[in-house]
Amino acid sequence: MNAVRAPSILPGFGMTLGFSTFFLCAIVLIPLAALVMRTATMGWEEFLAIVLDERAVASYRLSFGAALLAAFINSVFGFVVAWTLVRYEFPGRKLIDAFIDMPFALPTAVSGIALTAVFAENGPLGQLLAAYGIRVAYTWVGIVVALTLIGLPFVVRSVQPALLEVQRDLEDAAETLGAGRFYTFRRIILPTVLPALLTGFTMAFARGVGEYGSVIFIAGNLPFETEITPLLIVIKLEEFDYAGAAALGFIMLVISFVMLLSINLLQAWGRRRMVAAGR
Amino acid sequence: MAGGPSKALLAELATRPGRDTLASTATKGAFIAVSLLFLAALLFAPLVMVFATALSKGVLPYLQSFQDADTVAAIRLTLVTAAIVVPLNTVFGIAAAWAIAKFEFRGKSVLITLIDLPIAVSPVIAGLIYVLLFGIQGWFGLWLQEHNFSIIFALPGIVIATLFVTLPYVARELIPLMQQLGNDEEEAAITLGAGGLMTFFRVTLPKIRWGLVYGVILCNARAMGEFGAVSVVSGHIRGLTTTMPLHVEILYNEYNFVGAFAVASLLTLLAVLTLVIKTLVEWRTGYRKR
Repeated sequence: MNAVRAPSILPGFGMTLGFSTFFLCAIVLIPLAALVMRTATMGWEEFLAIVLDERAVASYRLSFGAALLAAFINSVFGFVVAWTLVRYEFPGRKLIDAFIDMPFALPTAVSGIALTAVFAENGPLGQLLAAYGIRVAYTWVGIVVALTLIGLPFVVRSVQPALLEVQRDLEDAAETLGAGRFYTFRRIILPTVLPALLTGFTMAFARGVGEYGSVIFIAGNLPFETEITPLLIVIKLEEFDYAGAAALGFIMLVISFVMLLSINLLQAWGRRRMVAAGR
Repeated sequence: MAGGPSKALLAELATRPGRDTLASTATKGAFIAVSLLFLAALLFAPLVMVFATALSKGVLPYLQSFQDADTVAAIRLTLVTAAIVVPLNTVFGIAAAWAIAKFEFRGKSVLITLIDLPIAVSPVIAGLIYVLLFGIQGWFGLWLQEHNFSIIFALPGIVIATLFVTLPYVARELIPLMQQLGNDEEEAAITLGAGGLMTFFRVTLPKIRWGLVYGVILCNARAMGEFGAVSVVSGHIRGLTTTMPLHVEILYNEYNFVGAFAVASLLTLLAVLTLVIKTLVEWRTGYRKR
């Protein structure tokens, strides 16, 4: 293709591309560039002093650790939920299926205060767990619970279509040839679903690392203990420490880019495997 | 994706020999029980809690909390923000989808990546970038102050931050849909002498209308419910720059739980309504997300 675009008789190319490019530049590209520039004009020493500060490092550990754990919990339970919805028929299945998207539609502040009310020591589930000595609200466990709620639909919605792709006759063949349930799962089902499961895991993880609204209510927000990185950025902004906020924001932005890249690569891998399997 | 197995598939499954063993029935029961317990604790309990707390002192205090002037102002600000943001992002989504789905050009994948970017970026970063540009110590901060115009801690900032986080919703819904539908009918209309706008409204729009509804309601839900990005740019000036989610936070931090959960219950109803419309679109039309 030598021309900038292939010929077409349809009108409106210049106008629609012009408008969407302008809009994207104004809303997304230039402001993000401002963040990068702001960080770039900082000296190395200043930048490293901010991002390697003990409090910042403690917040990365918490944000990443909690997001990783929540994404892992979601991979297990999200798979079970997706499996239940795809493979079994039971009353209310379609309603529950629709209900899975709730975290997408519910404002994060609402899920934050509601989860806190449920898991606080006087809340219905908090009381139950407190009897076993487990404190959820205002600890890191609460952060994991909030991030699990936020990430659940990503895993279920990635795995569902992949489960529909599993060739049932292969499962039956494996069973008749004497394979046990777990062997069939490991050799037939898991390979088909794996790219989708990993995509869902990465999406839930990426969302969890940056999540703010649902976490700050249940977290307790103690520096070094229950303070997530996005909250630290907000605190720095409130203190008018723009340089500090920009440096931490830059770190998080780079991480988002890496996540987006991995999601795209995982999806491409999944598509290639589909093609290779002759579907 | 509502749906799961088709009726035919389930009927076929039921007739397969050797399926209905005791072990498989037990597995099925275990899977359903674990799923339901997990969803009940994580999704259902918080929803019930919102209404239980909002109504904990009775119906009258619940209704009275909506007479508070600041609450009314927060509801109005949320509606105004959504009324500006949703149409803009709808126009953007349609324009971007038309350019990307109907034409081949260089740099298309870069454009698609840029559209996806706000999904991956933390909402706090979405607010931060505008503070760095328009805040008092930001690039344009002094200039704005001299001209007596504020973006941060005012409506324009709230609108821009919301535009950022909701930008992908309509476009991401329409791009794959329009790519899948192809150009044949539009090309036929143009060949027969229809203008560009007529082709869009009479040929394209009827084909994509369910996808558009889908994208718009999700965009609207996020626009009304956004917390992190708006929180950073709003300044939390009570009754002036607090949207509904921010007002929930203020009331909650004042231990006014009935008030906080009353506003939260409105947002929850909005979320439920969004899900109902979304599900109806899926059931009625067979339109599926991804």
